[in-house]
Amino acid sequence: MPSKVEKWKDDVYGNEIREHLLEFAEQGWESIPEDEHDAWFERFKWWGLYHQRSGQESYFMMRIGTPNGVIKPGQLEVIGDVAKEYATGPADNPEFGDAYCDWTTRQSVQLHWIKLEDIPEIFDKLESVGLSTQQACGDSWRNIVGCPVAGKDKHEHIDAWPVAEELNETFKGNDDYANLPRKWKVAVTGCDEGCGQGDINDLAFEPAEKDGELGFNIRVGGGLSRKEARLARDIDVWVPPEQAADVAAGMSGLFNEYGDREDRFNARIKFLVDEWGPEKMRQVLQDEFVDFELETAGEDMRDQYTYNSGGNEGHDDHVGIHEQDDGNYYVGLNVLVGRMGADDTLELAELAEEYGSGEVRLTQRQNVIIMDVPEENLEDLKSEPLLEDYSPEPSPFMRGSIACTGTEFCSLSIVETKNRQVRYARWLKDNVELPADHEDFHIHLSGCTASCAQPQIADVSLRGMKTRKDGEPVEALDIGLGGGLGEDPRFADWVEMRVPADEVPGAIKNLVNNFKDRREDGETFRDFVEARDEDTLADLVEPEETDYHDPYMHNTKMTWYPYVEDDDMQSSPAPTNGDGEPLPSDD
Amino acid sequence: MTTDVHQLDDGAWISVNDSREVNVSDLWLLARSDFCDCETTDFLAEGFVKVGVDHPDIEARIAGQCIACGASGITDWLTVGRVVDPKSGDFYGVVHESVHFPEKRTRLARTAD
Repeated sequence: MPSKVEKWKDDVYGNEIREHLLEFAEQGWESIPEDEHDAWFERFKWWGLYHQRSGQESYFMMRIGTPNGVIKPGQLEVIGDVAKEYATGPADNPEFGDAYCDWTTRQSVQLHWIKLEDIPEIFDKLESVGLSTQQACGDSWRNIVGCPVAGKDKHEHIDAWPVAEELNETFKGNDDYANLPRKWKVAVTGCDEGCGQGDINDLAFEPAEKDGELGFNIRVGGGLSRKEARLARDIDVWVPPEQAADVAAGMSGLFNEYGDREDRFNARIKFLVDEWGPEKMRQVLQDEFVDFELETAGEDMRDQYTYNSGGNEGHDDHVGIHEQDDGNYYVGLNVLVGRMGADDTLELAELAEEYGSGEVRLTQRQNVIIMDVPEENLEDLKSEPLLEDYSPEPSPFMRGSIACTGTEFCSLSIVETKNRQVRYARWLKDNVELPADHEDFHIHLSGCTASCAQPQIADVSLRGMKTRKDGEPVEALDIGLGGGLGEDPRFADWVEMRVPADEVPGAIKNLVNNFKDRREDGETFRDFVEARDEDTLADLVEPEETDYHDPYMHNTKMTWYPYVEDDDMQSSPAPTNGDGEPLPSDD
Repeated sequence: MTTDVHQLDDGAWISVNDSREVNVSDLWLLARSDFCDCETTDFLAEGFVKVGVDHPDIEARIAGQCIACGASGITDWLTVGRVVDPKSGDFYGVVHESVHFPEKRTRLARTAD
């Protein structure tokens, strides 16, 4: 029997949701019939709107899909303006203030505290510069990811940007693929460093050569969620760039037809690949979903992959100053946990215009890149005050930090994440010294098993948990080690479980010191972890209280907003009307 | 009216009559359970896998783990609250910190998704 979500989708889904959404917005929050809340909130996701968690009713997270993380000239200013004007809630965040943008691990933008009534105006502003929230969430083609400097990279085999752009234009708003059994995540990689992160996507295009021609090998069924992490699997297919959209149509058509619509927990295509195996996936794709003969896989370039491979080679996280193929430079700036204040975002837009082409790109490590900076502008750009906070030369602990949304806004998260990871990174920067040959050290904090911060592919993986300390329940984290991508990707080994959150910085300090004491000459952290079993590694992680203070040890999920003085759920002003004024409660 | 129950947002919460009522991330004490070997299971709810109605009880099977011993899995059916009067539809949640007894179903109940 189809799930309830499928029934709602059968009634209204895809592009047609927009007219309803705009009508509700026109009439206000209370116009959504109470007994239809769940159905409409599920549908609104398709237009990039996610109803915030309990205690924050009537407020939405809005996601803007920026394919391949490309923010074209003129777009960032609008994003900053929208954040400043509309993404303000009833309370400030103590680290980030009252309006901010989140750069996500899928090269998208997220804004919070969006009111339903403001959505028509926001859509007008975004769409006036070619930005859209369409399909940013929901069961369809999500934002396409790839190498953030595609088309301008010196390490590129194929310019992946036109391919990503074609896929975006073909499948965004396309009714044939608007209602899939579940989300559909696609990555296009064209460079020899592997920074498209194809291995953790539903469908991956990876650079490969066939009979002297450059194109893509296809992998299917990667993903990290639900303690069911999978690497995408090679289905022995190569396509030239001009056929990429045809194969993508075929594969998402296959998913549409054979994906599980009865059990959403079993719906992602990774489970179908588990069930069928790569050979059958290929066969069904060939027999039923493409009308040309599929080529067998070409020779891939994975042995050259350096991105997140643990080796501290290549441009890796794209932070820093790197030469483009046209002689200009891109300047990658570290944005700690991917969150940037609206005023800083507007300042960034100005700097991109003044020193570069105005184009900015987002990375899958929650950072931003100013593109197309002529060499003669580099010194002046580097001396701009904004770059003191968003540095191209940050501490490894700052540049390596990724955090998901967490209990601040998310229904699923178990723990607070972004503010905590900010505090972790600052403490680690001041108290822990990595070996000099480890400029990159990735710590990813995910509030739950959904894995939005991609914890399984970090050097140190942190995942939200609970434990008891002195008998009282406190927020805690599971600690995993040694994950990463590269030619032979591997997921982290979970070695120390349920560590109270205030003991995690001490644990990382002890781990790093043990690593420094025991490593072979030149041994990377990842190799060090790979060479040891879980028990040995667990002994090297020694959780310990330090002078690190964690203000979020209590059950932040039980608050309406974790950072306000009166955080009791009953004190929430939500739901509110279009002016942010509390609406009368039914109780 | 019929009591309408489902889990949403990847099992993040249980909706009863279109109202968010039970969230993940709470600790539940489970007794007489074969979830793990602990005398009482100190169970962290990480996701609602199935929900159902066995009037007047609203029940769920919950994915999570015992934070004392680390055993993880899915509970048997747990009562998470009650809708005593289907006409009003008012939901009364149980106190998750008190002791609960998950049960294997011995009779059919209406399951929802």
